[in-house]
Amino acid sequence: MSEPSLAIRKFSDLANPTRFLGLVATVWPWLAGLTLCLFAVGLYLSFTTTGDYQQGETVRIMYVHVPAAWLSMMCYTVMALSALGTLVWRHPLADVSAKAAAPIGAGFTLVALITGSLWGKPMWGTWWVWDARLTSVFVLFLMYLGLIALNRAMDDPTRAAKVSAVLILVGFVNIPIIKFSVEWWNTLHQPASVVRMDGPTIDSEFLWPLLVMAIAFSMLFFTLHILAMRNEILRRRIAVLRRHAARSAGGAA
Amino acid sequence: MIAMLLRDLKLSVRAGGGALIGVLFFMTVVAVIPFGVGPDLNLLARIGPAILWIGALLASLLGLDRLFQAEREDGSLDLILMQETPLVLTVFVKCVAHWIATGLPLVIASPLLGLFMNMDEVAIGATTLTLLAGTPAITFIGAAGAGIAVALPRGGLLVSILVLPLAIPVLIFGVSAVYAAIQEPAPFLPPFLILVALNLFFAVIGPVAAAAALRLSSD
Amino acid sequence: MRLVAEGLSARRGEDLIFQDVSFEIAGGEALVVKGANGSGKSTLLRVLAGLLPAEKGTAKLLAAAQPVERLSEAAHYLGHRNAMKRELTVDENLSFWKAFFGDFAGGTGVSADEAAESVGLGGIVHLPFGYLSAGQQRRMAMAKLLVAWRPVWILDEPTAALDAAAEAMFAGLVTAHLAHGGIAIAATHQPLGLEGVKELRMKGFEYSSLETWA
Repeated sequence: MSEPSLAIRKFSDLANPTRFLGLVATVWPWLAGLTLCLFAVGLYLSFTTTGDYQQGETVRIMYVHVPAAWLSMMCYTVMALSALGTLVWRHPLADVSAKAAAPIGAGFTLVALITGSLWGKPMWGTWWVWDARLTSVFVLFLMYLGLIALNRAMDDPTRAAKVSAVLILVGFVNIPIIKFSVEWWNTLHQPASVVRMDGPTIDSEFLWPLLVMAIAFSMLFFTLHILAMRNEILRRRIAVLRRHAARSAGGAA
Repeated sequence: MIAMLLRDLKLSVRAGGGALIGVLFFMTVVAVIPFGVGPDLNLLARIGPAILWIGALLASLLGLDRLFQAEREDGSLDLILMQETPLVLTVFVKCVAHWIATGLPLVIASPLLGLFMNMDEVAIGATTLTLLAGTPAITFIGAAGAGIAVALPRGGLLVSILVLPLAIPVLIFGVSAVYAAIQEPAPFLPPFLILVALNLFFAVIGPVAAAAALRLSSD
Repeated sequence: MRLVAEGLSARRGEDLIFQDVSFEIAGGEALVVKGANGSGKSTLLRVLAGLLPAEKGTAKLLAAAQPVERLSEAAHYLGHRNAMKRELTVDENLSFWKAFFGDFAGGTGVSADEAAESVGLGGIVHLPFGYLSAGQQRRMAMAKLLVAWRPVWILDEPTAALDAAAEAMFAGLVTAHLAHGGIAIAATHQPLGLEGVKELRMKGFEYSSLETWA
């Protein structure tokens, strides 16, 4: 038992908050620059490719909608891994990571919902349908908001992190169940066309801008995530400092 | 009194405040309905206004039990009772703050949820307008229930049970005003004006009843 | 200014807590209410603060700077609970009470900063109240007495959670209040460190004679 615990200690030593802050300070400008470049290329490609003969110009919404939808799920995966980190390894950065990711994930999910709704209006003639895909994304959005509310409702951040970690993991198990249960309930959304066993069915003309945009969105997520983690670490330090200030004021009187 | 309003608003947005929870509950309740009745868009459009109204009613009851209980627990209620300022006025201001923090977000969220319910523009507009006129009435009458239940250990559930029957008139006229706006022959204005009248009526008897209950429950 | 209580009695539920308590205090005087647990000290103070109805008798403030209908309007009440919100900063709490109380005629309250300074906790008013220790929270609750002027202070076990230094600080606050012509009524087990105070000994139910009941 001593071997792994030593390894874990080394690992957490490497990723202690101070080192992490140092790492963020050097990495984030590069990451932000890379994100900007990727967005520039991605948006250029998105607007110069020809429109779909069926959908016309509205197909360009896809270049924002699909990456945002992917990211909404990836963000939850990151949160679930962080939740494991909190509960299993009790890593101090894991709960910071999970807490910081929740609003970002909610943001991406909201973007996916709004763009999907804008796309749905000309395509399906309605802003919203209770279709399997849309519904499960909406449920995901509600879960994000619930997690944010839970985190805000508690004073003590470490205790809040543990409780929300449990909820995140329950949600991680539950989301696929929701997805499959609504799958046969009703469906209108088109099936996945990029990530498939027999290769993408989507035309390569759409594929390239989509992939660039997806990478750009992922980079945006990582940039926002490490910055949000930095803010959360600083916020906790301020809380510690304030408690210190309160304690020292008592002694002086 | 402005100080009271500002303090309650600050409290509602600080950590543990209920401002976000009410809207979240509203969204969740409304989102759950289509799972129950099925994704038939025509059906949803027809029952949408009623669903939104019931969702808003339940959501605005949610945080009401804390309205006075939080004040009682930390002893603030004693000091509020002692002042020269009429207690009715203080209760009224607390209700207004509570409505701004929990009721107004519901009104703002309702057009969005109207889209989810596949309601048309007129129905969405009418629902939002009636919620704007009706949710303060729920808060005011709810304050009476909150005042009565303030000393009880499990007041939260009891407040909902006490207040729901009292809020039924608001629900009736709110929903009927919306349906009057959608369906042509029925006029919109009479039920809407009754809703506004109910609002003013409850704005008087709610705080008066709550103030009386708070005085009696002091021990 | 005089505070006159005549023949006060009070009950909680069916139980008579005390009966026929009378006293008179002039401005600049303090009254310490003593007695065993359950002798009705807290109940007496709550009756004086207008938070419980008196079964019989009256308590009046005579010849105050402004005529008062209810004694409670001219009084500060410091109960067991601090009446401060954990989520708000100390400054927000004190400023709220200052604005909400308003000054009673015949004096003015100090600012939140000065009040915190007077209880020896200046410089931490920007912190959330919940961050403070129990003793600090109690002292900030005492600072609440200073932000708005009230001639009468009703204090229920004011120094229960405090160390000796804070007790001395509080005795200083009360002395200054009395020097301004104020009145203080305190229920306490501990000596408050005040000079020349009146004492009222609560004896509980044995105090009252059963014959008046029959």
